[in-house]
Amino acid sequence: MGNRVGIIGVGQTHHAAHRLDASGVELIAEAVTRALDDAQMTLDQIDAIVIGNMDHFENINYVDMWATDGLGSFLKPVFKVTTGGTTGTTVAAAAYYSAASGLFDVVMAVGWEKNSESDTQTAIATCSNPVLERDPFPGAIGPLATEYTMYMDAFGATEEDAAIVAVRDRNNALNNPYAHNRMRVTVEDVMNSPMLSYPVKFLDMCPRSDGSCAVIFAAEEKAKKLCPRPAWVHASVVRHDYTHFGDLEWQWMPTLERASLEAYKIAGITNPLKEFDVAELYLPCSTTGVKWMDSLWFCDRGESPKRIIRTGITEMDGQLPVNPSGGVIATNPIGATGLNRVGEAAWQIMGRAGDRQVPNVKKALATGFGGCSWSDVFILGADLP
Amino acid sequence: MSDWKDEVEEIVFPGKISVPYAWTVGSTLSKWFVHLRDDGEIWANRCPSCGKVYVPPKIKCIECYKDMNDWVKLPGTGTVETFTVVHYHEPGLHPKKPPFVYGVVKMDGADTGLVHLIGGVDPDRVKVGMRVQAVIAKERDGHITDIKHFRPIA
Amino acid sequence: MERVAVIGVGQTKYEQGKRETFHELVWEVANKALDDAGITVNEIDNVVSVSSDFWDGRTISSMAISDTSGAFGKDISTVEGDGTFGVLYGMMRILSGSFGTTMVVAHHKGTESNMNGITNTAFDPLVERRLGLDAVTSAAMQARRYMTVSGATERQFAMVSVKNHGNAKRNPYAMLPMDITVDDVMNSPMLASPLKKLDCSPVTDGAAAMVLAAEREAKKFSTSRKRVWLNGVGHCTDAYRLGDRDLADTRALKEAAKKAYAMAGVTTNDIDVAEVYDAFSYMEPLWLEGLGLCDDGMGPECIERGYFDFGGTLPVNTSGGRLSANAVQVAGLAGMIECVLQLRGGAGRRQVKGAQKALAHGINGICGQSHCVWILGK
Repeated sequence: MGNRVGIIGVGQTHHAAHRLDASGVELIAEAVTRALDDAQMTLDQIDAIVIGNMDHFENINYVDMWATDGLGSFLKPVFKVTTGGTTGTTVAAAAYYSAASGLFDVVMAVGWEKNSESDTQTAIATCSNPVLERDPFPGAIGPLATEYTMYMDAFGATEEDAAIVAVRDRNNALNNPYAHNRMRVTVEDVMNSPMLSYPVKFLDMCPRSDGSCAVIFAAEEKAKKLCPRPAWVHASVVRHDYTHFGDLEWQWMPTLERASLEAYKIAGITNPLKEFDVAELYLPCSTTGVKWMDSLWFCDRGESPKRIIRTGITEMDGQLPVNPSGGVIATNPIGATGLNRVGEAAWQIMGRAGDRQVPNVKKALATGFGGCSWSDVFILGADLP
Repeated sequence: MSDWKDEVEEIVFPGKISVPYAWTVGSTLSKWFVHLRDDGEIWANRCPSCGKVYVPPKIKCIECYKDMNDWVKLPGTGTVETFTVVHYHEPGLHPKKPPFVYGVVKMDGADTGLVHLIGGVDPDRVKVGMRVQAVIAKERDGHITDIKHFRPIA
Repeated sequence: MERVAVIGVGQTKYEQGKRETFHELVWEVANKALDDAGITVNEIDNVVSVSSDFWDGRTISSMAISDTSGAFGKDISTVEGDGTFGVLYGMMRILSGSFGTTMVVAHHKGTESNMNGITNTAFDPLVERRLGLDAVTSAAMQARRYMTVSGATERQFAMVSVKNHGNAKRNPYAMLPMDITVDDVMNSPMLASPLKKLDCSPVTDGAAAMVLAAEREAKKFSTSRKRVWLNGVGHCTDAYRLGDRDLADTRALKEAAKKAYAMAGVTTNDIDVAEVYDAFSYMEPLWLEGLGLCDDGMGPECIERGYFDFGGTLPVNTSGGRLSANAVQVAGLAGMIECVLQLRGGAGRRQVKGAQKALAHGINGICGQSHCVWILGK
């Protein structure tokens, strides 16, 4: 770990399937304005900006240039980071490293997406290798469905286990004024919802949302001066190991295992289930909420349904609340989704999470997911690392 | 080791990204386009802090980052700040066959320029500093092309 | 603050219609850079890749080269923009204390894309794009604005093209080494006035890579002859829409350059050689003014006087510049690599004798909306 950095402000837009009232630039301005308000700062106190989204969802080349009016980046240093679904967390990492480098004291990370402006599945299909994999590529849902069938087959997980996760995240979203889908559902509702791609059903799956998020990172001295209770970055680890979908390990998630292991080592976490007070996890589908608990070392491989899901420890009143915000299943503005995880985790530590606040949060876990089974892990803490 | 590379057939897969797009214009520009489409008028907005006037309008002043709620109607005239006479044809992209002219017109009443076509004049006669006025298209649908082009003020 | 060094570089020959795929190109240059650095991929602890989803025709363009960039089991991120910004991020990751060695790798295959269509997508979809503007027609308007403000002539711009294509004859990597005259440029087909074909950079395929190392690692892995220090950097962006700024005003570049010089503790007089992003001929003198390497308005005259020639006071674009090879995202990184080679005394027949400090420059966006300036030194 190098220079220490804390998050001192977060801003989110209200998410919806179609924010017809706001263009992409207006959405970004909404998030940036709210982040500045949250941090009680003005734009001239921001030293540098990093922005991310997925190009083909809005068909805008050089988004960092186009976003100037909303970003407040006129005559400021700015660059763009783009890594698919993980963009939100990698843009957070970029802002973190920028502030930790000593070159900039206060750096704002902005993620955004207007999925309403395009056909998400067609645009996402272009991520696959055009010669080898693009023709049969079934969009985002296919691979997720496939990995869960392998998990069910290997370890006896069930569709109901996934439904429990969907119910948890969707009901949690009722406490989150920013969330896109806020609906009270039961396991039965989920099980009866239309099948998308076996075993993933409609209510198991995340939406595509319009929205933006801005998170302000500050180097230690500045963070202490500007914020009463910064959310200190304890670890940021990225593992984007795969290039082809055909290379993936399907029964467990190697990238998440490796990324979280490394992050826990850096942050000195030996028992994640006990030591984290809250987790905002990038779970694009309820099935991942079952399967990936193993890969976060919360339990042994295959044990998630029995030890995690069916015991209720990840509910709001459980030992380790997962996704108090409703997570990705409730809200998914892809370029911002990972950043929302980091922002929500930060708010939990800063005590600014409103009705979804978990009491006494000292350590928070946030993850990002995307691309070809890629994983990003962030650990935040109330104390300096 | 690399001999087989010299002998292998070189296959090329043509491809195209065909994703339909529908951009949300947003509140600020929607108001601008409604003035243009319905009334044939070009408006601008002004920063309450520094007074800078922008056309096309901005969601926030880029210098002050303040919301802008003051709107002003522009006369639609301006001065050619720079231009180019285009001599190549990019089908599907260019609105006209060459030669045609693009220009940045510094708009009267505003602090910014508007990039558009310069027409109704022989391309060879376009000059920097030329006074021009917007020609509003008869058929309008709320796009930048509701301005047909800028032509020299007689 | 600990220093960061460049300990290895690698680039492909720049040419059109390359047979290799993106990951083969990245494999080539990543290996070249590792060999040049005298290390293996095991000594790399993180990767910054540089690519464009648009030019690659692939959302998540970095996915294509995740494996060949050496990122397996390592931290990786992707900057979308010019390679100079990728090196900036690669350096910040090291300065943060989290990493010791960064592999920065950029790739681009212009011939697999539609240049004009793709640059058109950089324009505002709501108020500019439908007009059909692209990189050439917008640059043409910037060129003319520069002529109005500085009195520059088309012939002076043509001299840049003559110089740079001529310089390219000494660079085995360049795509278009040419012996041309000002009249050749003036007589080349007019694309969008005042820009003629030979005023414009070519569509190019290529890749480049650079290995960065923290001071302690650099001293462990590398010899002092090979090490080149990244002394200073600055980046800054101007307003977005074409009419939002005076296209001949280099205020964003001035801001970026000021930061780079200050961080490096040098002035413009200390620069011995420079690589400037000449996507079009007129850009070279315009950016040189913004960099403070000549006075405002004096760029074209300095070009005419031969000040920036290979044998001149301050050789600029000894590589042949972007005019001789422009693999867009790779191009600024190629310029940085040229600076590294110059400072090492490894630039062969294009060596500037005794070069101790070099300046490299990259741009993003239309008409150089955003700039990244580097000062490198021995």
